Amino acid sequence: MSVFEGFKFRSASSPVHQLDPRVKFLYVCVVFAVAVMFNKLLPLLLLFFIQIPFILVAGVQREWIRSMKGASVLAFIIFAMNFVFSYFMPASVPGVKPPIDTPLEYVLIFERSLTMTFRFIVLVESFSVFFLTTSPDRLSLALEQSHVPYELCFAFTTAVRFVPVLAQEAQTIMDAQRARGLELERGNFVKRVKNYVPILIPLIVNAIRRSLELAEAMESRAWGASEKRTNLYVLKMKKADYSLIFLSLLMLVSAIYAWLFVPIPSLTTFLSF
Amino acid sequence: MIEVNNVFFTYPNGVEALNGVSLTIRNSEFVAIMGQNGAGKTTLVKLFNGLLKPTKGEVLIDGVNTREVSVANLARKVGFVFQNADHQLFCETVKEEAAFALRNFGFKERTVRKRVNWALNLLDLTEYRQASPFMLSGGERKRVALASVLAWNPKILILDEPTIGQDHQQKEKLRQFIVQLNAQGKTVVVVTHDVEFVAECAPRIVLMAQGNIVADGIAEEILTDRDLVTKASIVPPQITQIFLELEDLGLPNKVINVHDGERVLFNFLEGQLHERV
Repeated sequence: MSVFEGFKFRSASSPVHQLDPRVKFLYVCVVFAVAVMFNKLLPLLLLFFIQIPFILVAGVQREWIRSMKGASVLAFIIFAMNFVFSYFMPASVPGVKPPIDTPLEYVLIFERSLTMTFRFIVLVESFSVFFLTTSPDRLSLALEQSHVPYELCFAFTTAVRFVPVLAQEAQTIMDAQRARGLELERGNFVKRVKNYVPILIPLIVNAIRRSLELAEAMESRAWGASEKRTNLYVLKMKKADYSLIFLSLLMLVSAIYAWLFVPIPSLTTFLSF
Repeated sequence: MIEVNNVFFTYPNGVEALNGVSLTIRNSEFVAIMGQNGAGKTTLVKLFNGLLKPTKGEVLIDGVNTREVSVANLARKVGFVFQNADHQLFCETVKEEAAFALRNFGFKERTVRKRVNWALNLLDLTEYRQASPFMLSGGERKRVALASVLAWNPKILILDEPTIGQDHQQKEKLRQFIVQLNAQGKTVVVVTHDVEFVAECAPRIVLMAQGNIVADGIAEEILTDRDLVTKASIVPPQITQIFLELEDLGLPNKVINVHDGERVLFNFLEGQLHERV
């Protein structure tokens, strides 16, 4: 569950926290686009390291490390899957022709798998920075000011807001069932999947119950009574926001340029094969 | 026997829940752990069945270090009833729910049936045996949760906030029930805020504040100590409050339940009467 901790907003103040959520979202989208654009290791590593200053400025390194730790299991699975699939279907990796016999080809397969893993890590990283530094309230505000219908904004923020609550609840349920002798890690694969039934059912039932309660609480506080909602706070772009827009676009443009015109070296170039 | 030796516990998010707690709970003792929210009560009891392992120090259950055995293994000895029954109910029928743990522990089907019947009968749930636990009322669900733990007859029973959401009658039943289990030799540990409930039970009280044990002793001593209860942010039972106010009249002030209060008052008035005569 530690992976969820890495997405949970904690109230704090830093230049990154002060940024307009819309701008931060643009930045995340650019990172996302660039990460998908390239399938070479170097640009993805670069993308990974570019974000570290952000994390340090925001002062969320502890939470970030936790999200990375949480993602590491999945990252490992992605690496292993890619390695296995590239090994058995080498045609998908440029420069590799079956049968795989040279060390060069192994390096290529290894690089491809590592690249895919880093793509995942970069995506987790950028989303984690976004959610760690953006309060759900500001996020909702940003959506509203982007003319998204309020019902949708509300649904979205509620979903985000309840992720940590559900994670916490899942932990408690797990504890309660383990206290009744449930061993999650026991048995073969099918048995292990079945072991999660006693955790999922209470979790889902409670989530539904909670949503009904939430709906009642909202109704009793006159939700949707007025057509036009006003806000106490209004988001306004500042200098820092414009600089981040500029930086993000610069990143996108240079990435597209590099993608079109710059031959990107692979690991093999450095290993002098 | 539960031995807690100088235990520290810090949650992964950095919250220091326990700062050097030492405590021994002997067999067939009845202990109430009290204290304000966030004092570390639930954390402490979660160490007893290994759900949490101490960051520093050790917890021994009958001499076995909780670090060395699995939760499932400890659970055979230490039954833990969670605060919210909704966190554990998932079966289609009450009967299945009560059998869940027994099957996990690998009891034979015949034994399972016998134990389930016994536990459901004990908690007045026999008529609901085929009902879905989700259709029951809050108090009944709580009893199903309790039955599902009692079914395997653990030597030590831990109850986290058992009185929440129970009406007076159910509370009284629960109290009698706990006292009875204790009399049969079970170690009972209750985590609670409910001062009136504790006063009626009169167990040994362990008072916690900010991750430390601030007091440990019999109920009459602890609940009537003004400084202590203030420190742990609990309000003494109403009857105790009255007797603390009546101290000036020369009445004894260590009274925590109504029956004692009645007796003390009668004796006192009788004494006064004799003096007059």
